[in-house]
Amino acid sequence: MPASKRKSFPWHIVVFLAPAVIIYTLFMIYPLIDSLRLSLYTVEQQGGPEVFVGLGNYQRLFTDPFWQPQITRAVGNTFEFFLIHMFVQNPLALLLASLLSSRFIVGRSIYRTLIFTPSVLSVVLIGFIWQLILSPVFGRALFAQIGIKLPPLLGQAETALPVLSLVSVWQWVGVPMMLFLAALIAIPDELIEAARVDGATGVGVFWRIKLPLIMPTVGIVAVLTFVGNFNAFDLIYTTQGALGAPDYSTDLLGTLFYRTFFGVQLQLPNPTMGTAVAGVMFVIIFTGVLIYLFTWQRRLLRNTVEL
Amino acid sequence: MKRLLLVCVLLLLVMNVAQAQDTVTITIESWRNDDLTIWEDTILPVFEAQYPNIDVVFAPTAPAEYNAALNAKLEGGTAGDLITCRPFDASLALFQQGYLASLNDLAGMENFSDVAKSAWITDDGSDVFCVPMASVIHGFIYNKDIFAELGLEEPATVSEFYAVLDAIKADGNYIPLVMGTADQWESATMGFQNIGPNYWKGEEGRLGLIDGSAQYNTEGFAAAFEALAAWQPYLGDSYQSQTYPDSQNIFALGLGAIYPAGSWDISVFNSTAEFEFGAFKPPVPDGQEDCYISDHTDIAIGLNAASPNAEEARIFLEWVTSAEFATLYSNALPGFFSLSSLPVEVEDPVAAEFVGWRNECSSTIRSSYQILSRGEPNNETQLWEISASILNGTVTPQEGADTIQAGLEAWYAPQQ
Repeated sequence: MPASKRKSFPWHIVVFLAPAVIIYTLFMIYPLIDSLRLSLYTVEQQGGPEVFVGLGNYQRLFTDPFWQPQITRAVGNTFEFFLIHMFVQNPLALLLASLLSSRFIVGRSIYRTLIFTPSVLSVVLIGFIWQLILSPVFGRALFAQIGIKLPPLLGQAETALPVLSLVSVWQWVGVPMMLFLAALIAIPDELIEAARVDGATGVGVFWRIKLPLIMPTVGIVAVLTFVGNFNAFDLIYTTQGALGAPDYSTDLLGTLFYRTFFGVQLQLPNPTMGTAVAGVMFVIIFTGVLIYLFTWQRRLLRNTVEL
Repeated sequence: MKRLLLVCVLLLLVMNVAQAQDTVTITIESWRNDDLTIWEDTILPVFEAQYPNIDVVFAPTAPAEYNAALNAKLEGGTAGDLITCRPFDASLALFQQGYLASLNDLAGMENFSDVAKSAWITDDGSDVFCVPMASVIHGFIYNKDIFAELGLEEPATVSEFYAVLDAIKADGNYIPLVMGTADQWESATMGFQNIGPNYWKGEEGRLGLIDGSAQYNTEGFAAAFEALAAWQPYLGDSYQSQTYPDSQNIFALGLGAIYPAGSWDISVFNSTAEFEFGAFKPPVPDGQEDCYISDHTDIAIGLNAASPNAEEARIFLEWVTSAEFATLYSNALPGFFSLSSLPVEVEDPVAAEFVGWRNECSSTIRSSYQILSRGEPNNETQLWEISASILNGTVTPQEGADTIQAGLEAWYAPQQ
């Protein structure tokens, strides 16, 4: 009898996994697969039947003289948006976190709360507030008070995207800061004290002790930044509209997808091409995450084993 | 005691159900969220007084989300009984997909001219699918106080227009022309499509684009882009980041003198501007006698083919064709002009001025709306982008016009 008892199927695992698996499959995996399926079809005329075209939509996206400039521009802009986050938001978050983890700064919890607050506000609200601050009516008067002549930052092709990226950085910097802070606080004091005894300076402790120990968090933050910003859409849509004004200089993959899938003003919705754009986003994000898993995380794992 | 309570509750429930069966609720989908109170307080009570068994709910969505939200609702089968129709292809597509019902046999449709119905009819003219509600007219609204202060008169010709703008600019206290390019559509709709018809001779030019005899980069259309580019020195500081609501605020605050307008702005300024304002029609090029205005078929209302309350919804649509509705609507919403052929008295002085131009000038609609926005690239979207870029100085008028013409030639056979 004991033998058959050991073989009995572990139903409790299934039961515990079921809610998450079912909900995740129903609302995440199924729509994802269905949208990838739709991107392999085309509709010859409005309301007509879907016709299978294989990778035809993707081919059109990357070779057609109408689509090719749009997708390359959107990919380029999205990379710029991501890189500004990667190299401004994350170092800034690390700096803030190490300052806040220091025992010598008064009012740390106040700073922590203030810096984190924007990230719990709605992006739409953030968009409107910054649009107001930078507007030629309200914002100009505001900046004129302190003697600055405010240029039309959101209206110029050269400045619009960097400025909006920085607005987004302002909003989200609290999240990586919290992650870094949690990791920094978790470092055992003995390690730091030992380093101090050996004569390490504050800067030395940071570079040689703290940073290597929070590397896993740095990796996670990097991959979250990547995924989050390649999906970005709401801030641009709120402040610049679905066309990524001016002159498509703020057009991200997200806005290109929205415009194509749902249409804009007289431009009719094109769900099949729209899902092809979404497919491109998926491939880019998927590749990025795979690179993270197979290089960064694996190396970290190896290092821990060696330790 | 308990039993009595139970009986009472049951009785109440039954009464509720009986009452609910008596009145039918029909819902209107719309993008006019600005008009919510007008529909609820002015228009719908008149209808509901005549048809007490029909309860009409006006349920608007934000304009920018309307098309996307409506499509999603129709696909999901959750859309309202009555659908406010965008002009031309967006609604035509809904009809072809079977979401809108044909209204050929609706009583009262004879109250609308062919031009009025042109925006909501199949290409072969066999099916009408929305009841035309209103058109909007473009022109210029100006601040009468500023004009009086500087001793200026309403300009009629292009050279008079620039003389007025130069005078305001020379004075230096006011922004001559209140328009921004941040929203892009403002440049195209309030700029290009506003002054353009005078250059391309209204319907002649517009139909020329459709049959291939006119081009965006030659003659009238090219001249219209040049004329638009000439506005740049008169726009306010930082106009590149000025949005449409910014423009409305700047004008309503009395900081600017002339506002390139759509007639729908009248009701906005009626409630926000503290000064008296007037209107003048798009100035004609010097030496030209005929004038042309953009009198754009903008809004109509149709029947959701899947509506469970089609009978009641049709009763409402029949009422929309009546002179009563036309008068009510035109006066409740000054700046939206009924397309009905029945006589309608407009009381608001500025709105009456706008609609009066129909008698002096020939009407046309926006050049990109009929047929030309069916392809890739989309003609209307390109006009937004290029008009804004021309005003921003990032492309010359000729380069911009060439881009738009090339966009049309890429897919539209009569232009190839």
